[in-house]
Amino acid sequence: MNTTPITDATFALILALLLVAPLAIAGVALVNTGLGRCRSAAQALLGNLAIVAVSAIVFALVGATFLGGAGHVLQLAGKPWNWAGTGPYLLGGLGTASPHAQLALLFEFLAVALAAQIPWGSGADRLRLAAGCAIAALLAALVFPLVAHSVWGGGWLSQLGVNFGLGAGFLDGGGAASVQVLGGVCALAVVWIAGPRKGKFPKEGLSTALPGHNAVYVLFGCLLALVGWLAWNVAGALLWLHAPLSALPVTAVNTLLSASGAIAATFAVTRFRFGKPDASLCANGWLAGLVASSACAGIVTPLQSLFTGVVAGILTPLLVELLELALSIDDPSGAITVHAVGGLWGLLAAGIFAPQPGQLVAQLVGISALLGLVLPLVYLFFWLLNRFVAFRVDGDGERIGMDLHELGGGAYPEFVIHRDESYR
Amino acid sequence: MKYAGLLVMPAGFFLTLAALILFPDPAMRAAFVLCGLAVEALGLVVAVRGHMAARGESRL
Repeated sequence: MNTTPITDATFALILALLLVAPLAIAGVALVNTGLGRCRSAAQALLGNLAIVAVSAIVFALVGATFLGGAGHVLQLAGKPWNWAGTGPYLLGGLGTASPHAQLALLFEFLAVALAAQIPWGSGADRLRLAAGCAIAALLAALVFPLVAHSVWGGGWLSQLGVNFGLGAGFLDGGGAASVQVLGGVCALAVVWIAGPRKGKFPKEGLSTALPGHNAVYVLFGCLLALVGWLAWNVAGALLWLHAPLSALPVTAVNTLLSASGAIAATFAVTRFRFGKPDASLCANGWLAGLVASSACAGIVTPLQSLFTGVVAGILTPLLVELLELALSIDDPSGAITVHAVGGLWGLLAAGIFAPQPGQLVAQLVGISALLGLVLPLVYLFFWLLNRFVAFRVDGDGERIGMDLHELGGGAYPEFVIHRDESYR
Repeated sequence: MKYAGLLVMPAGFFLTLAALILFPDPAMRAAFVLCGLAVEALGLVVAVRGHMAARGESRL
């Protein structure tokens, strides 16, 4: 882990940015809620709050230990492979740690909360609150610390440059790998284990459209997410890429351009495909652009960032449709496409456009670890967790809605809640 | 079938790791890293096909 001293001014700047970064969490929470059904809205938003709380507590008690410190090192083929942290227990010595270490820990607290939120959106309308909290606890205790240590904590992925001459090692300034792709593969595992919503894939015909209940939440969530993402990417560039202050405006511009290119591309694709632009897919495109920027905003030029966003925006509506219609994957928030695919594309783009030789191979090795190691591991953990804490609500709960079933009251008590049959 | 696919994916990752250790030549290393990713993609396709088959059976 880098312990480069930072000036007081830089410390204050990063701290201020990290105090704004939770707006990304708020934005994703609103998107998750708006893309679900109205009879599960209160449970969805409460779940987002509960997940943030559980992940913070568990990360403080357990996860931070596996992330910080010098790390456990395996010697393999004459090279050190630093795979897990050896930090102090229960955040011991945090007050006297170096300013960089304190800010890094704050960044990681926010990162684990955002990562744990992502699968919650995919499990909307059928994932139990207890299951969402259990998933957050597992991510915060074990999975996130191991991934984040490899990428940010001086672990083996960050050392690919030193040990194997692969560019500057695996680069992930804004958490595209540790947060977005990790959250996205967790979303895939949750969707596979919990199964689709009742009535989504009927015996006859194509899948049923179950549209999100509030486009205003979704689109306002996108605007909130932009503010959070700007802070996130700039703070990440300072903390993990050690960018000079003069490079920060470009990082912010790149973030905005990536999101803008993405929503413009999604707007055009949905306009061409359906005759009119689709609001929820445009929101997904915007988020995919932000996610892609997490990997490369601090590395690429503005034009390259715009290109990255445009590609993310073209991929998003096509993949959302492919997952639902061809692959029978019911992902209400589109998290698999937005966070997993958007994050992977951003990581790849960072490798393609980075000036250092060997950077592309370093990024490919990181992508290989996320797909070949993290996805099967997460699926195994969740499969086991599902034996103890059932992910899916019972049929009766799904019929009456998660709000009434889990909370005893709805988010909109004065609204008439439609039965399933009214959608058919 | 889904489990078979998920078991193939780590094999691709280990191929990537082996490429790092065994091939100092950049071109050879890059080629084997790509092979590792291809194996992972194959595993993912098998896992997704397994999911689709399971969903198809549950609809009957």
